[in-house]
Amino acid sequence: MNEQDERSLLEIADDELVLGWRDSEWTGIAPFLEEDVAFSSIAQNEVGHARALYELVARRRGGTADELAFDRSLSEYRCARLVELRLPEWERTIARHYLYEEADAKRLERLKASDDPEIAGLAAKIDREEAYHRMHAQMWNERLRGQARYDAALDELRPLLAANRDDHSSEFAELWDEMTTVRRSVPGATW
Amino acid sequence: MVYEIFRQERKGQPFHHAGSLDAPDRAFAETYAKEFYGRRGESEALWVVPREAILEIDDFVDELNRNYHRVDGYSLKEKLKEARERAGRALVARDR
Repeated sequence: MNEQDERSLLEIADDELVLGWRDSEWTGIAPFLEEDVAFSSIAQNEVGHARALYELVARRRGGTADELAFDRSLSEYRCARLVELRLPEWERTIARHYLYEEADAKRLERLKASDDPEIAGLAAKIDREEAYHRMHAQMWNERLRGQARYDAALDELRPLLAANRDDHSSEFAELWDEMTTVRRSVPGATW
Repeated sequence: MVYEIFRQERKGQPFHHAGSLDAPDRAFAETYAKEFYGRRGESEALWVVPREAILEIDDFVDELNRNYHRVDGYSLKEKLKEARERAGRALVARDR
């Protein structure tokens, strides 16, 4: 695995971890019960994908997935602006979900074509679960498209896909603090 | 709208009722059905049926009490016991 591969795997892993964390904020308060279960499951999948990606990078460069996920400094994270935001409005959450899944699908296609069999294999495995996420995102997009609030959310969030990954929002600083609290308060703890 | 979900565990097996879910339309019902009952390899196929499409019948009148029409209409137990005893006696008689 070259440095470029490692970098792009970490980018994806950070995106999935942070998005999973944000999506899980809807657990218990999603618009209705069925959606609560479905969206929580999606959030859990994303964190699972992050874990698998961190593990792959950790195997190659030494260390553990937990260290990559929780022991890095704020500026070392490579997640996109889009996933960092706390979005307490359902239409904005769905707009992000839709935009993210579209972009993620293209990225996974590239990874599936990797010369590295381990990377290609993991990408294929992740993609099989993402197929459910895409179906879910497309279903909501069909439902909400054409409604002013949803369309405005798409317009608002779309530019963030291209935003610089070195530049984090203050909302991410708060999330980082929350995510890493346990590891920072008891360094090296395992459980 | 409430949808009833039926699940087939393996090819060729009958579908069994798995549960129900509330969804605004067929597309949502399909997504939730797959998510809740299908995506972990536990089902070969699903039937997703709007509850209102189901004709439920539960008022079975039996005014003349013709219980012999029912599977539990009369007990076979006694008759079976007698038949076995008869057959047993016949066997014993033959072996002599």
